[in-house]
Amino acid sequence: MKTKLEQLREELKYEKTNQCVQCGYCLPVCPTYATMGKETHSPRGRINLVKMVGEGRITDLSVLEEPMDLCLGCRACETACPTGVPYGEILEAARSAMTRRKKFSLPVRALRNTLLKRVFPSRRAMNMIGHSMWLFEKSGVQKWVRKSGMMKKLPYHLGEFEAITPASVSPTERSSLPTFTPAKGIKQYTVALFVGCIMDAMFRKINQLSVQLLAEVGCDVIVVENQTCCGALHVHAGESDHGKHLARLNIEAFEKIEADFIVNNAGGCGAMMVEYDHLLADEQDWAARAKHFVEKSRDISQVLIACGGIPVKHQPKERVTYQRSCHMTHVQKVTKEPLELILSISNVDFIEMKDPNMCCGSAGIYNIVNYEESMKILDVKMENIKETRATLMVTTNPGCLLQMKLGIERENLSEKMRAVHLVEYLAEVAGIAGKQEGN
Amino acid sequence: MEPHHIDDIKKIINRGHVLTELHDRYSYSFDGSFGTYLPDAVVQSKHVEEIAELVKYANREWIPIIPRGQSTSLSGGPLPVKGGVVVDLSVMNDVLQIDEEDLVAVVSTGVLTSEIHKAALEKGLMYPPDPSSSHVSTIGGNLAENSGGPRGLKYGVTKDYVIGLEVITPQGEIIRTGGRTVKNVTGYDLTKLIVGSEGTLGIITKAILRLIPKPQASETVMAIFDSLEDAGAAISKILSSGILPAKMELMDQASMIAVENYEPSGLPRDAEALILIELDGHPLAVQDEAVQISKVCREIGAREIRIPQTAAEKEEVWKARKLVSPAIVRIKPTKISEDATVPRSKIPEMCRRLKQIKEKYNIHLVVFGHAGDGNLHPNIIADKSDKEEMKRVEQAVAEIFEAAVELGGTLSGEHGIGTMKAPFMEMELGPVGLDMMKRIKEAWDPNNIMNPGKIFPEPGQKLVLSE
Repeated sequence: MKTKLEQLREELKYEKTNQCVQCGYCLPVCPTYATMGKETHSPRGRINLVKMVGEGRITDLSVLEEPMDLCLGCRACETACPTGVPYGEILEAARSAMTRRKKFSLPVRALRNTLLKRVFPSRRAMNMIGHSMWLFEKSGVQKWVRKSGMMKKLPYHLGEFEAITPASVSPTERSSLPTFTPAKGIKQYTVALFVGCIMDAMFRKINQLSVQLLAEVGCDVIVVENQTCCGALHVHAGESDHGKHLARLNIEAFEKIEADFIVNNAGGCGAMMVEYDHLLADEQDWAARAKHFVEKSRDISQVLIACGGIPVKHQPKERVTYQRSCHMTHVQKVTKEPLELILSISNVDFIEMKDPNMCCGSAGIYNIVNYEESMKILDVKMENIKETRATLMVTTNPGCLLQMKLGIERENLSEKMRAVHLVEYLAEVAGIAGKQEGN
Repeated sequence: MEPHHIDDIKKIINRGHVLTELHDRYSYSFDGSFGTYLPDAVVQSKHVEEIAELVKYANREWIPIIPRGQSTSLSGGPLPVKGGVVVDLSVMNDVLQIDEEDLVAVVSTGVLTSEIHKAALEKGLMYPPDPSSSHVSTIGGNLAENSGGPRGLKYGVTKDYVIGLEVITPQGEIIRTGGRTVKNVTGYDLTKLIVGSEGTLGIITKAILRLIPKPQASETVMAIFDSLEDAGAAISKILSSGILPAKMELMDQASMIAVENYEPSGLPRDAEALILIELDGHPLAVQDEAVQISKVCREIGAREIRIPQTAAEKEEVWKARKLVSPAIVRIKPTKISEDATVPRSKIPEMCRRLKQIKEKYNIHLVVFGHAGDGNLHPNIIADKSDKEEMKRVEQAVAEIFEAAVELGGTLSGEHGIGTMKAPFMEMELGPVGLDMMKRIKEAWDPNNIMNPGKIFPEPGQKLVLSE
């Protein structure tokens, strides 16, 4: 029989914490260390706390709770780490161990279960959210609600987020994402588009434009049935078992077609998918299939570059800056292609902001559950963005996009600056879509 | 400490923070070396007067005070080995002035050393000490530990660039030592005494640093050798040939193989050593020196010389050196990085001794580092969960120190003594030499509240690398 401590060590992946030599090279890149100013909120500090639990010095797991909850999971520390500590794995293991031992109050448990297990993974549910949002906007209820000041009374500052959610698409349009779109001109690749859950509900336009862009550059685009949420939100919330379940469903769904690439357009989802092999490493039947899935996974910018870039129509001069998705930079390690695409557009006056790889504070639902801390991080980011005097900010993840829009609102910059997803911007300059409203 | 102490401290620190939660205390219980020691509280404050009041109180109540920068120390400097209050000085980071006319920088203790590099460079100046951790370590920590870096060969270590300090004494008074002049011989040199005193004589809160004009150009030479001792001999020969490189770094076969396995960089796996040399100065001078150095290396028996031409090629060459640390921890997780240093003429002999120690204790010993100043950095790669191996490592480390001291060298070239090397102090200094240092400590800090447990060994204290 394993002792309780041995069991806990295994669950926490204790032996991985020993890879940390505590050099502190992660400190300058950690957004929470920068804004909260103590070692407890640094990667080195968090790893040490897990180590202390593994060594039996800390016996009460709740000591870990606040430091782990306040980590954004941006994983900039992994890029900075000279010894390759798998911080993400340690963080997820700690969150899982805590979730398993935690007694959530009944309403919280019900909400977690409904959202994580019923809503995000269900395309029907996400479609319904999309429909309701459309109805909410078009019926005039939105106007009325906004006017009534009711939004200000919502918990978790949800009112502020409501104001920045993008315009929704109509139910007719929503059902129109074709399962097959043929390449224009000579076909180069067959790709399968991963549509995502929140991405599909709230940012359906970006998915539509992704299909059009991919077809434009020479891809047959397939939208596979039965695909589901990537599982990132689950894994980050400590529900890794359910995350694994979703990973298996996705692998199964995408195995059904012979695509050259599985393409995503959301930095966070892509990061989860390129780690399906880690997630399912211990499952004999799935490890090889997961690896195959990972090998085919690409960010849309990589595929667009592989096809030779996008055709650019004439563009008026514009000052542009680029807020990278942390998960795209630090996990998928896709850094060159998006920039290459932006720079390929004539008349782009590209200005890099200070600390471009620093997280914007969005981090999944971090900005909702840790609003105050998230806004401190956003404020730092906005200072750097304002310095560029850019009029357009490009992002590559739906979460970052919303956060940037919120930042622009908070700074009263909406007259001077708009935020768009890279796909929207590329579609715009390729003449596929009209100028996006952004903010 | 008693609970009322915490209440009192909270009354004194009213503009800063007093952290007492268990997760916060554990977060200030370690550094880059070995051991975990839980402080009773952690204090953060930007206000020197507040910290001085805290020290006054601690001196009255006999509470240990442990000054801390960002805790990148490799010798145990900021570890609260006797409990007490850790003072996190990284928050005291708001002063960074460069005075071009006086050629000095005035900085507060929490400023990152790389920020000083950047600010000086913007004015065409240079702050030479460049510890590898400079983008994380605070200047206060560098001053306390008397940090070095690759440029130590030509430019020396931190102490060579400090001309004035503001310090909180163990009695809680704020004093100023030295000043803004390069020449200053008034009385005892307290500045030099405090630099490298590892927080045992007071808390450094501000410093005046000497700057020099930035060199105009640099050249890099890489020389590859079939024998480690030849490489050692080449280092001595270059230094006696009238050329003073800015950096001279050594990598042995084990470190080259580790780098090649980790990220292929075109290093020869079958050679026993390579040296990397950087020259700085006038453009014509450095070009000529590069040619001369190549000649010296060939005469000693270098099998290949590479001189990178473009900036990108230079960067590539130095990247291989930077990859050593990450590459070697892929072999085994625990890295014991030593900094025993020998006189330059003894470099070949030290290389030979290290080889013997490696074989005798059957340990994974990698030699790399700032060979030009005799600061060899033997690194032992082990697994701390293997208790038997760690015993052998402890013995090997002790023998490395003995070898260095026997050859007329020193226990520490740049990391400081801390807890790690305290047991060996008498070996280097002799009983009377160590006693003189102790007397200074007792005079400054009779209640022994300032970073106790560092530098001076407890009776019978031995090096222990397992917890």
